Amino acid sequence: MSVVVYTESEEGKFKKVAFEAVSYAKGIADTMGTSVTAVTVNGGNASELGTYGAAKVLEVSNDKLQNFNAEAYADVIAQAAKKEGASVVILTSSVNSKFMAPLVAVNLEAGYVPNVTELPSSTSPFRVKHSVFTNKAFSITEINTAVKIIGLAKNAYGLKENSAAGTAEAFAPNLDAHDFDMKIVSVDKATDKVTIADAEIVVSGGRGLKGPENWAMIEELAKTLGAATACSKPVSDMGWRPHSEHVGQTGKPVASNLYIAIGISGAIQHLAGINSSKVKVVINNDPEAPFFKAADYGMVGDAFEVVPQLNEKLKEFKAQNA
Amino acid sequence: MKILVCISHVPDTTSKINFTEGDTKFDTNGVQFVINPNDEFGLTRAMWFKEKQGAIVHVANVGGLETEPTLRKALAIGADEAIRVNTPATDGYSVAKQLAHVAKEGAYDLIIGGRESIDYNGGMVPGMIAKLIGANFVNTCINLEVDGNNATAIREIDGGKETLSTSLPLVVGGQKGLVEESDLRIPNMRGIMQARSKPLTVKDPVDTNSETQTVSFQKPAPKGAVKLVDTVDELIDLLHNEAKVI
Repeated sequence: MSVVVYTESEEGKFKKVAFEAVSYAKGIADTMGTSVTAVTVNGGNASELGTYGAAKVLEVSNDKLQNFNAEAYADVIAQAAKKEGASVVILTSSVNSKFMAPLVAVNLEAGYVPNVTELPSSTSPFRVKHSVFTNKAFSITEINTAVKIIGLAKNAYGLKENSAAGTAEAFAPNLDAHDFDMKIVSVDKATDKVTIADAEIVVSGGRGLKGPENWAMIEELAKTLGAATACSKPVSDMGWRPHSEHVGQTGKPVASNLYIAIGISGAIQHLAGINSSKVKVVINNDPEAPFFKAADYGMVGDAFEVVPQLNEKLKEFKAQNA
Repeated sequence: MKILVCISHVPDTTSKINFTEGDTKFDTNGVQFVINPNDEFGLTRAMWFKEKQGAIVHVANVGGLETEPTLRKALAIGADEAIRVNTPATDGYSVAKQLAHVAKEGAYDLIIGGRESIDYNGGMVPGMIAKLIGANFVNTCINLEVDGNNATAIREIDGGKETLSTSLPLVVGGQKGLVEESDLRIPNMRGIMQARSKPLTVKDPVDTNSETQTVSFQKPAPKGAVKLVDTVDELIDLLHNEAKVI
């Protein structure tokens, strides 16, 4: 009857989304009068998961699973869920979790709801709220199967400390040859940059920046803030910035604490992609730009004057508040 | 090579989202429906395989008669045949079961769907099809090459990309990058005329249950007015003291 939660890690360290997922799992477990079992794959220190409410940690330690492998990881989660008699399985909304979630769902014959933003409003029937239409609306959805799979939206629930005296247990799932039909040839990852998925702050530029040669000031501002860089669709279409930075309905969704849009007018498709961000700031020289209607804070001004000034003042602010 | 492209019929990206019947149904009034953009990248890549390497391309969707213009558009773009499973698309899992049945019957080598649809953002259908038919699966795919029975795919990962090698049959959850936006095709008059005579098969659904069902919809709470500032000092002060995000 427990709630099983998959806790993501990288190079032996848990990611922030892992703690958020455990916090959320504990919230559901309390409502249902049960406990949380976390599953780790070559993960970090299990006691860290106890801080957020994991009563038990199933630790998978397997060299063949050093790199993420959707098929094998899905088998791990499904077997852990079966072993624990889980009624609810919690995943996150990371690229990897979304890759394996449908495989876990079929394996467990379980209804799966992604992009969940709140604890269930009811557990019998089991109803959860999740974002749909790329954050332009929410759906209250009922899951009818015995096992329920939830994909928790990023930054939706937050971290909640809820100490549990956790026990760790080694777990060795059965993996078969089909799990390894997919071979990784190479990985190309910028390790020195904050990624949009992990970023608390995102600095994003649009056509108002006039050309790729002007992106240095966006990157400098992002560096000062420890932020990821992003862009609007026309900018990625014109090849000024890579598609991986394109934020919007057909690009990446952003759920950061702070989203700073510079020289972006705010097309409906772009706004849909950033709706989940908590605080939105717009800098644009056109006071009629639609983005101002969606923003929390706005500054009407020339990006080429405002951004360098903002960067310098933020550096001073950071130095004073270090 | 035999390719199946799964096509979702979705409101276009500029649509205003509203609900009717006590917020339980999506309001289609005045909404233009299109091929789901992530599926369109996949369809265009399938056309590339057809033209460069030789392939038969079928498209399929699950839905009522109202989805046929979307399938006809895919035929006008160049697909050879369309299949419509005649049942409402209620939830991702049951749609995947219907499409998995089509995929199995047609013995396709490659099945391409979008990473997610832009309406319900489920992102589950391609992966579920793969698991249901025992095929390999690559999600967030931004490049795909096929050589005989072998495939090389590049997928987007957080902060970069990963190159994978695998074998057919393969299911791909695709997105922009499979082809560039500038490579997408607008059906020309010849394509539209040809599409009229191409086969569009209507299939009865297989028996499935809905694992999930929508109870109601909500719109986000209205937002307060923007706070305009004149100086960067004022902005930093608000972000630090009021919003508490720096």
